[in-house]
Amino acid sequence: MKYVDEFRDGDIARVLAAKIADAADRARRYAFMEFCGGHTHAIARYGLTDLLPRNVVMVHGPGCPVCVLPIGRIDNAIELALERGVTLCTYADTLRVPASRGTSLMKAKSSGADVRMVYSAADALRIAADHPEREVVFFAIGFETTTPMSALVVQQADRLGLANFSVFCNHVLTPAAIANILESPQLRKIGPVPLDGFVGPAHVSCVIGSAPYEYFAAEYAKPVVIAGFEPLDVLQAVLMLVRQVNAGRHEVENEYTRAVSREGNLTAQARIAEVFGLRRSFEWRGLGEVPYSALRINERYARFDAERRYGIVYRPVADNPACECGAILRGAKRPAECRLFASTCTPESPLGSCMVSSEGACAAHYGYGRWRDGARQAA
Amino acid sequence: MSGSRERLYARPLDLKRGRIDMGHGAGGRAMAQLVEELFVAAFDNESLRRMDDQAAFAVPGGRMVLATDSHVVTPLFFPGGDIGSLSVHGTINDVAMAGARPLHLAASFILEEGLPLAELARIVASMARAAREAGVAIVTGDTKVVERGKGDGVFITTTGVGLVPPGVEISGERAHPGDAILVSGALGEHGVAIMSLRENLEFETAIRSDSAALHDLVAAMLAAVPGIHVLRDPTRGGLATTLNEIARQARVGMRIVERSIPVKPEVAAACELLGLDPLYVANEGKLVAFCAPADAPRLLAAMRAHPLGRDAAWIGEVVEDHQRFVQMETSFGGARVVDWLAGEQLPRIC
Repeated sequence: MKYVDEFRDGDIARVLAAKIADAADRARRYAFMEFCGGHTHAIARYGLTDLLPRNVVMVHGPGCPVCVLPIGRIDNAIELALERGVTLCTYADTLRVPASRGTSLMKAKSSGADVRMVYSAADALRIAADHPEREVVFFAIGFETTTPMSALVVQQADRLGLANFSVFCNHVLTPAAIANILESPQLRKIGPVPLDGFVGPAHVSCVIGSAPYEYFAAEYAKPVVIAGFEPLDVLQAVLMLVRQVNAGRHEVENEYTRAVSREGNLTAQARIAEVFGLRRSFEWRGLGEVPYSALRINERYARFDAERRYGIVYRPVADNPACECGAILRGAKRPAECRLFASTCTPESPLGSCMVSSEGACAAHYGYGRWRDGARQAA
Repeated sequence: MSGSRERLYARPLDLKRGRIDMGHGAGGRAMAQLVEELFVAAFDNESLRRMDDQAAFAVPGGRMVLATDSHVVTPLFFPGGDIGSLSVHGTINDVAMAGARPLHLAASFILEEGLPLAELARIVASMARAAREAGVAIVTGDTKVVERGKGDGVFITTTGVGLVPPGVEISGERAHPGDAILVSGALGEHGVAIMSLRENLEFETAIRSDSAALHDLVAAMLAAVPGIHVLRDPTRGGLATTLNEIARQARVGMRIVERSIPVKPEVAAACELLGLDPLYVANEGKLVAFCAPADAPRLLAAMRAHPLGRDAAWIGEVVEDHQRFVQMETSFGGARVVDWLAGEQLPRIC
């Protein structure tokens, strides 16, 4: 596959791994957080940890859009579909997320709700245009990667005068989450934040550019290397991070220059700014309330806002108290350190958010790496 | 149709514009006409012509196998096949995976009210062709009609019987540590062909389903290595699921090598776009074989000499593992688990 295989070449990987081993100072430990689930997935799928020296550790971050979506928001979506009888369109990953009382969108679908899986927000808009007799709601989730498409369909619905279409907006912002992790009392308690740097988002950065990371690289003195989602991208980024740490630098570097510029996609940013505004606060599953970390639809497009149209009331739902997702999402714990991991919490019946999507830290470890945990018997 | 039968019907079935209605399942004249003019005419064989409710046939000595498979697929027609040919291949393959030579098929149809007769005729013709090519007769069958909205056009259940040659002993339990694991060709074609139609994703190269009857390939393989331990066709859930099933059945682990697993570039590209893993995507014309390592080169050569095994590959080995993990050496030299699929394989967002 052209333009893909080049970034999955095993021989180049071994050369890069040797360079990392060479550059890493044996007397110290390096801990890097890959923020995005896409990176977590690549690391697990290609077995990248086997290629890194033992003192270079990857910590999984919260960048899995499905994982951080709080249960209460899924409950809201299920209510829309089951009780308000709307046609609810959403991305596939969202369908399986467990909601309150053992439900999920997939289960709502099997009990008669009109829930449709779409590949893009445009599909939801098309369903609304094709079925003027149905109220169609696009359940929009995701980081900055998926936000421009949601903005675009709201603008198009406005232009087309589609009265039966609205968007239930749950879009969240990456820089706010990274700052929150670095501010986390959990990590503060341990003393200096035990992270030495970040592998920065790939697709998110295509939209927002590399500039937004400059503030916290400087403020928290942590290097950031923006990297693509292919395995060689990740290895290259780790090498760049090791070099920055060794040199005492904390800059934003861009490994993913084939897609990311400093200013990002200005057209997309302009559309987002026109349609959405900041929420004062938003609950993230695992992280709790994070100030100014999410978007809602602006006054100007209020009639396409499902929250306003259906008077959606958000009710927070507590996670299972034994679930360690909060600590895992912050990088303070590893999946195998959770009591529930692979015992009562599995991809078939996930309890915590990290087990829900294949990009989640627990699901990636369960699916690809858990035999390393040794004695633990698989479910 | 046999010319000797008395004509009961004023007009032949309207195969151009006609549609299935509830009458076609009511047991009356309309149903008899559908059976005679469509099914019996297409599958034409002595047993069907007798118009009994069952097929009677002589039973040769030895071990017989019986397998059944229901087929539901949307869309009904896809590049490389349709629900008709799939329903013939699917059951023949289930029979063949015991090392058996398939003898007869039974076919049962659940038709949805409103199904165009032209579509049904196409499906039946395709079944007849697939059965003829495989040398297996469809000797009995059944038809039911459900109200509109209660079916998906047509569901087909086929049941097959076959005869196991003496000395052949094939079962998932027989995978032993040290066994070689072979696949008969490139993976993921059926699933990707269906999925790209379903999602309206059109690719430059049309990916065709690999739907095919594998009993002839199996016969060639058994001629080369009669002592094959395990045969299985990695249909739903793909290679990953099949290997995990066998690992659990035989209480072993497996180690496979990613770069040895054949996947065509267009399938890899489509999976990339759809966020799928080809190891979990369905095949309808591929098999996995386990045999003693000393037999593997001979078995591989026999597979490659057959048109349906041209791209056969040796992908790994059975190992002892009390946790029954299927491990894979990635193309990077790292290792990972190839796990059971959790729920349905769904595309990722990010």
